[in-house]
Amino acid sequence: MAMPSIHFLANPARFQRFSARILPWLGALTALLWASGLYMALLVAPPDYQQGETVRIMFVHVPAAWWSMAAYALLAGLGAALLVWRHPLAALMARAVAPVGAAYALVCLVSGSFWGRPMWGTWWVWDARLTSMLLLFFLYLGHIALSRAFDDSERGDRAAAVLALVGVVNLPVIKFSVDWWNTLHQPASVMKLDGPAIHPSILTPLLVMAAAYLALLVFLVLLRTETEIGRRRLETAALTGR
Amino acid sequence: MSRFMALVGRDLRLAWRRPGDAAVVLAFFVLAASLFPLGVGPALETLARIAPGVLWVAALFAAMLSLDRLFADDFADGTLEQLALAPLPLELTALAKCLAHWIVTGLPLAVLSPALGLLFGLDAASIATLTASLLLGAPSLSLLGGLGAALTLGARRGGALLSLLVLPLAVPVLIFGVGAVEALKGGDGVLAHFALLGAFLAGTLAITPWAMAAALRQAVE
Repeated sequence: MAMPSIHFLANPARFQRFSARILPWLGALTALLWASGLYMALLVAPPDYQQGETVRIMFVHVPAAWWSMAAYALLAGLGAALLVWRHPLAALMARAVAPVGAAYALVCLVSGSFWGRPMWGTWWVWDARLTSMLLLFFLYLGHIALSRAFDDSERGDRAAAVLALVGVVNLPVIKFSVDWWNTLHQPASVMKLDGPAIHPSILTPLLVMAAAYLALLVFLVLLRTETEIGRRRLETAALTGR
Repeated sequence: MSRFMALVGRDLRLAWRRPGDAAVVLAFFVLAASLFPLGVGPALETLARIAPGVLWVAALFAAMLSLDRLFADDFADGTLEQLALAPLPLELTALAKCLAHWIVTGLPLAVLSPALGLLFGLDAASIATLTASLLLGAPSLSLLGGLGAALTLGARRGGALLSLLVLPLAVPVLIFGVGAVEALKGGDGVLAHFALLGAFLAGTLAITPWAMAAALRQAVE
């Protein structure tokens, strides 16, 4: 077997046993990471010498941006797994990922807007980074709407998978928009080849918050996938009349 | 190739015999664009400034309006299943239908745009650039729209959903299309914007036929 890991969880019952075992631990870890991350970000981290206390918005804003983009990459990967291997769980998981990714994108947009008001003097600028992030949010909405637009939910799954794969071209545009175009939005300062350009007192809370967002993403996706499995069972039961 | 052209010819003949369908799209384009002078006021310098964006957005909406019938009729009467069984690859079938769609809507929209440009007080050079950018950008819209139409085939509330899917993907066409006219006004070279429009068209030409064929196969399965 070439890829045992992706086929291991293809069986929904096996997935449910797996997720039932790790969900409580993951939930506790998520709560712990959020508590410590928010404590460090809001109380421990020093205020910025230029931005003052508003720099704390970054700890909410930046991880949401990172993981909403990563969640879209995951969505595209799940779409490929569904179309190529007809992986039965990929469709259910894609349905679980999309609303969480959309919520993260929205958190990123709204918190960025709150940050832009005191820093740039405006709620919104139509520059490349903000616009491409807004497009990512719309791509998520399109995915959610398309996957639910058919009476046959499997048809919706596969149509949404094609859309996710086409929409993935937007990801590099978001990532590199701040380098390609000179805009109000600051260029990347953590993900750089020569190391992050951020002091450890800021970087550590940021990374803890990033871990917290990731843990929440995984927790919600596993939980929602389980719910989706249950919903499909009910659908089948209703169809077969048992 | 002859099969490809035969399919394009068939779609053109169908459109020719129902000229109302294409005319409604063009009428929408003119109407939507002519609402803006009523909305923002008739000052020509304001209108000339917003004209490229207004005409491009109106063309984008007009194209969206025409797209939901692209595969729907063939899907409803079973022709699409026959096309899927035909020796012509489904990728080329989809491409042929998009080509026909461009000839029936994209091309007339671009041809009509100079007249609207005059109404908005654009100068000759801007009108020429705008028309050229619409000519180069509209095929991308037909291809992206074809993908949206294929994906939403058989969906509930298809029309609004189609716009939600296609408009985010079509944003680069809008940006570079309007950017070409703005660059001309600003005295910069317009070539970069046309190059980007062409690159976008090349990219969509390479990607969307496969995605359309995948979506159509799901629909007729």
